[in-house]
Amino acid sequence: MEAVYSDKVMEHFANPRNVGEIPDADGVGKVGNPTCGDVMWLYIKVKNNIITDIKFKTFGCGAAIATSSMITELARGKTIEEAKKISRQDVADSLDGLPPVKMHCSNLASDALREAIKDYEAKKAAKA
Amino acid sequence: MLAMIASARKRIYFDHSATTQVLPEVLEAMKPYFLDKYGNPSSIHSFGREAKVALEEARKSVAALLNADPMEIVFTSGGTESDNLAIKGAAMYKGRMKGHLITTKVEHHAVLEPMDFLKRFGLEVTIVPVSSDGLVDPGDVEKAIRNDTVLISVMAANNEIGTIQPIREIGKIAQARGIPFHTDAVQAMGKMPIDVKADHIDMLSLSAHKFHGPKGVGALYVKRGTHLEPIIHGGGQERGLRSSTVNVAGVVGLGKAAEIAKRDLEPTSDRMKALRDKMIKAVPELIPRSYVNGHKTKRLVNNASFRFDFIEGEGLVLQLDFKGIATSTGSACSTGSLEPSHVLLALGLTHEQAHGSLRVTLGRENTEEEVGYFLEVLPGVVSKLREISPFNEETPMGASEGGSCVQ
Repeated sequence: MEAVYSDKVMEHFANPRNVGEIPDADGVGKVGNPTCGDVMWLYIKVKNNIITDIKFKTFGCGAAIATSSMITELARGKTIEEAKKISRQDVADSLDGLPPVKMHCSNLASDALREAIKDYEAKKAAKA
Repeated sequence: MLAMIASARKRIYFDHSATTQVLPEVLEAMKPYFLDKYGNPSSIHSFGREAKVALEEARKSVAALLNADPMEIVFTSGGTESDNLAIKGAAMYKGRMKGHLITTKVEHHAVLEPMDFLKRFGLEVTIVPVSSDGLVDPGDVEKAIRNDTVLISVMAANNEIGTIQPIREIGKIAQARGIPFHTDAVQAMGKMPIDVKADHIDMLSLSAHKFHGPKGVGALYVKRGTHLEPIIHGGGQERGLRSSTVNVAGVVGLGKAAEIAKRDLEPTSDRMKALRDKMIKAVPELIPRSYVNGHKTKRLVNNASFRFDFIEGEGLVLQLDFKGIATSTGSACSTGSLEPSHVLLALGLTHEQAHGSLRVTLGRENTEEEVGYFLEVLPGVVSKLREISPFNEETPMGASEGGSCVQ
């Protein structure tokens, strides 16, 4: 294994936060491809423009699971506008960095969040 | 925190195909060649002579392990260099640099990459496929032979799935056609008997650290009369086939490890085989949607290779590491590329299946208790990762979502 993970990545991988699904989610983001070894499904609940609940399910390596766990911590309680600004780099930085090889293939969490927000906004627009 | 988890109990090493512990007797044999007998074996004074004597003793031990003549053993820096010397050396003989080579889909990168390199100079390579349990069909090798074939290279046993190849049959075919036959036996040494004469082998690569010798030293057996060009040029050591001052202490360690491998082959193989069989029987029974990779019987005594649906191998290796068990995987995440192991794909597995692989490789020191602990811990670890995974029986993995793997 070429990758050496930070303690923070290992800690989130060992004890991932907010694993699960939200059956009545306001937005769902599904990214990745099992062929590539990384898939992330992210669920959000939104109240008054604030992400009040967030859960994930991930198929992937240690980094994929740790970034999924981290994004749930970063996004919870944020407004939609704030959440949209969370970047891949922000996720990696919050985990004290990721091995270079993992920066692209396993750092899908911010993409999943953006997809979930897109889904939420589309649903909201459809209702309006 | 992680160090605490790992030190809470004795660690279990189940990654012997990656490397092995140097046995105390091996280390003891090496020590004098660092401290007192540090001469250069090429020197004619007493310091040089005692190093030379040790070198030749080690050569005899390695030869004895293979049923070769000591003069047919060339010391190298390890398995990779031995493979490179055999392949490039055969292709470049007398500046030829043309012709055709035959190998298989499941070879180690140390064989496939030199072959690929030679393609840049106009050589052609046929890569023979394997069956779903990883076996090469000698008939396929025979069919691939051309008038200009300069080398056939087929590994003795696979490093990931443990499948043992029919090298004797392939060697016989190669010999009948007058083509040099090379085998990468890096994983086979100390785990199965190899007789270069009976198996019709012209060149064989081995590496000390895979059978309780030190890292950074190996050997290439080169049958007398084999046409080979050196790839490292200099002072002409090792009969001109491998210049560079020989790593005397390392070679002494290799010699000792070879001696022990020969002496203990039977009892250690029997023990490892019993533990291996226990694992490959128990895992599919204990865990739903789990499978054994490789051949059921034609496999290395120390290799148990599995795969699990819905989860990814690196996560599995890390979770087992938390429990103090060291294993490995052929998932893409572990290879540092976006592709899972070429060996698993060669079996016909999909990328998704290959990502969920786990390799457990035993050593002579492993015990029944350790295997018992592994079998106790594994189902929970797999369940934990399956709880995190979006995939399960109802939601199977499909390659439909997302686009290319390169993002």
